[in-house]
Amino acid sequence: MRQDRSWGNRLFDLLNHTVLFLVAIVCVLPFVYVLAVSFASPAEVARGGLILWPKQWSMVSYQYIFSSDTLPRSLLVSVYITVVGTLINLAFTSLMAYPLSKPRLRGRNPILLGVLITMLFSGGMIPTYFVVNGLNLTNTLWSLMIPSAISAFNLIVLKNFFQQIPDGLEDSAKIDGCNDLGVLLRIVLPLSLPAMATFGLFYAVAHWNTFFNAILYINDNEKWPIQVMLREIVILAQSRVGDSGFDETDVQPLTIRMAVIVFATVPILLVYPFLQKHFAKGVMLGSVKG
Amino acid sequence: MRSNQAVAAAGFQGKRELRLQRRKLLLRDLVRDRWMYLMLLPGVLYFIVFKYVPMYGVTMAFQDYKPYLGFFESPWVGFKHFERFFSETHFWTLFRNTIVLALYNLIFFFPLPIVLALMLNELRRERFKRFVQTLIYIPHFVSWVVVVGIFYMLFTTENGIVNELLYRLTGEKIAFLLEKDWFRTMIVSQTIWKEVGWGTVIFLAALAGVDMQQYEAARIDGANRWRQLWHITLPAIRSTIIILLILRLGNFLDSGFEQIFLMITPTNREVSEVFDTYVYTKGMTQAQYSYSAAVGLFKSFIGLILVLGSNWLAKRFGEEGVY
Repeated sequence: MRQDRSWGNRLFDLLNHTVLFLVAIVCVLPFVYVLAVSFASPAEVARGGLILWPKQWSMVSYQYIFSSDTLPRSLLVSVYITVVGTLINLAFTSLMAYPLSKPRLRGRNPILLGVLITMLFSGGMIPTYFVVNGLNLTNTLWSLMIPSAISAFNLIVLKNFFQQIPDGLEDSAKIDGCNDLGVLLRIVLPLSLPAMATFGLFYAVAHWNTFFNAILYINDNEKWPIQVMLREIVILAQSRVGDSGFDETDVQPLTIRMAVIVFATVPILLVYPFLQKHFAKGVMLGSVKG
Repeated sequence: MRSNQAVAAAGFQGKRELRLQRRKLLLRDLVRDRWMYLMLLPGVLYFIVFKYVPMYGVTMAFQDYKPYLGFFESPWVGFKHFERFFSETHFWTLFRNTIVLALYNLIFFFPLPIVLALMLNELRRERFKRFVQTLIYIPHFVSWVVVVGIFYMLFTTENGIVNELLYRLTGEKIAFLLEKDWFRTMIVSQTIWKEVGWGTVIFLAALAGVDMQQYEAARIDGANRWRQLWHITLPAIRSTIIILLILRLGNFLDSGFEQIFLMITPTNREVSEVFDTYVYTKGMTQAQYSYSAAVGLFKSFIGLILVLGSNWLAKRFGEEGVY
C-alpha cells in the first residue's frame, strides 16, 4: 500500500516518525539514567549533570547495599512470593477454570455469577484486613499470596480458553480410564502451555510489584518485599541499608537509591521480552466473550 | 367432574414422577462430575472466604466494630458513622480531590493513547513500529513504587536532574514533590508516562481488524489521508473508545490508590487525600475501624452505581454492554 508522495504526506511522515521516536526515548531514558547513575563513581555523581553512560565505573553502591543483609533479605522475600505465589495462582486458577468451562456442569452459572459479582463489588480494605487477620495470616508471607490467589478476570479468560479446546481429546482420555482431574493434568494443561505461561508471567509481575498489601499486612520489616524497602529508602529516605562498618563518606545517597531502584526493576526487564511475546495474545483472549 | 379429577390426579402423579426423574438425573450428574466439584472446591472456598466474607464484613460500617468481638458480635449503631462522615468538612475535601484527579486523568490522559495508536497505525515500516511499541510498553510493567521512586530521583530539589537544569537556566529550584500546587501535575504526568504506551494496545488491536480494501477503495475514490482517517479509521475504533470511556466512568472514583498513597506528603495532603487514602489513614493508622469501613462502603456504593449506570448508558448507545 503506497501513499502518494506529495509534500504534505512526506512532511507528515517525517513529523510522525520524529514524535514517535521521541516518545519511545522518553519512556526508556529514565531507566537508562537510573542504571547509569547507579554504576557511576561517587565523584562523577557529585559533579552532577545528566549521566547516561558513566565515565568512571564503580560498584561501590552495590557493595554498600550488600554490606548488610537488609536489602538482600527483601530481595529473597520478593523472589519467594513471586515463585510460590505464582504457582498458587496457576494451580487455583486452572483448577477452578476447568470445571467452569463445561456447560454441562450443574451449578456452573450461579458460580460464574458469584465470580462476576466480585468484579463489581468488594468488601473493601478494612473488612478484608480483618478476615486476613482473623485467619492469622497477617505478618506472614502467606498474606501476600493467599488473599490474591485467583484473579476473577484471569479466571474468566482462562475458562473461555479451555472452552475452545475440542472435547474429542478429553473423551478419548476418559474412555482410557482417566478421571476429570487426570484429563486436566494430562491433556488440557499440556495443550494450554502458552496460555499458562502468559498467565504465569502476568501473575509473577503482579507478585514482584506487590507493595500495598505488604504495607497493610506485614509489620515485621524482616519480611518486607523489595518494593516496600524501595519506598523506605528512596521516597521516605529512611533506614540505613548498609552495614554500619561501611565508610559512608565513600558513597553518594543518590547512587545508593538508584541501585535499589535497579534491583526492583531488573527482574521485570528480564522477563519483558517473554511478556511482550505473549501479552498481545492475552489481550485478544480477554476480548473473547464466553 | 370425576373424569377431570382423574385427569388432574394423573397429571399430579405425572408431575411427581417427573420431579423424581429430575432428581435422579441431578444425582446422576453430580456423581458423574464428582471430580469436577472436587476441583471447584478450593476456588469456591477462596471466593467465599476472601471475597464474600469481607462483603458481609461491610456490615461493620453499621457497628462499633471490636476486633475481639468480630463481624457477628459487635454492637449495632445504625448510621452513626455515615452521619459523622457526611457532616465533616473533610467529606467535601475528599470529594473534590477525588473528582478533580479523575477529571484531570480523563482530560489529559484519556485521549493520548488514542492519538498515539493512530500515529503508530500510520507507520508503514513494520520494524520501526515494533521498535516504538517495544519501548513504550515497558513502563506499564514496573511497579508504582519504582515509577514514583524514579520521579523522586528526577524531581527532588537535592541533586535531582530536573531541578539542576532548572537552576542553571533560571537560578531557582521548584519543590515539585512537596508543593501542593504541583501535586496534580505530578500525578497526571506519572500516569501518562507509565500507561500511555500500554493504553494503545487495545486500540491497535481494534485497528488491526480494519479491512485494508476499505482504504484502497477510498484512495481510488480520491480520499486523502485525513479523509481516510475520518471515514474509516475513527469509525473502526469508535466502539472501543466508547467502551473504554464507560469503563473509565465506572472507575471514576478509583484514583490510583497506590500512586497517591506514595505521593502524599504532609505538605500536600490538602489536595492529595482521596477516599481510599482516607480509609487507610483512619482505619489502619488511627484504628477507627467502623468509621473507615463506612467511608469505604460509601465509596464502593457510589462506584457500583457508576459502573451499572455507565453500562446501561452503553447499551442505550447501541453498544454491547461490558457486563
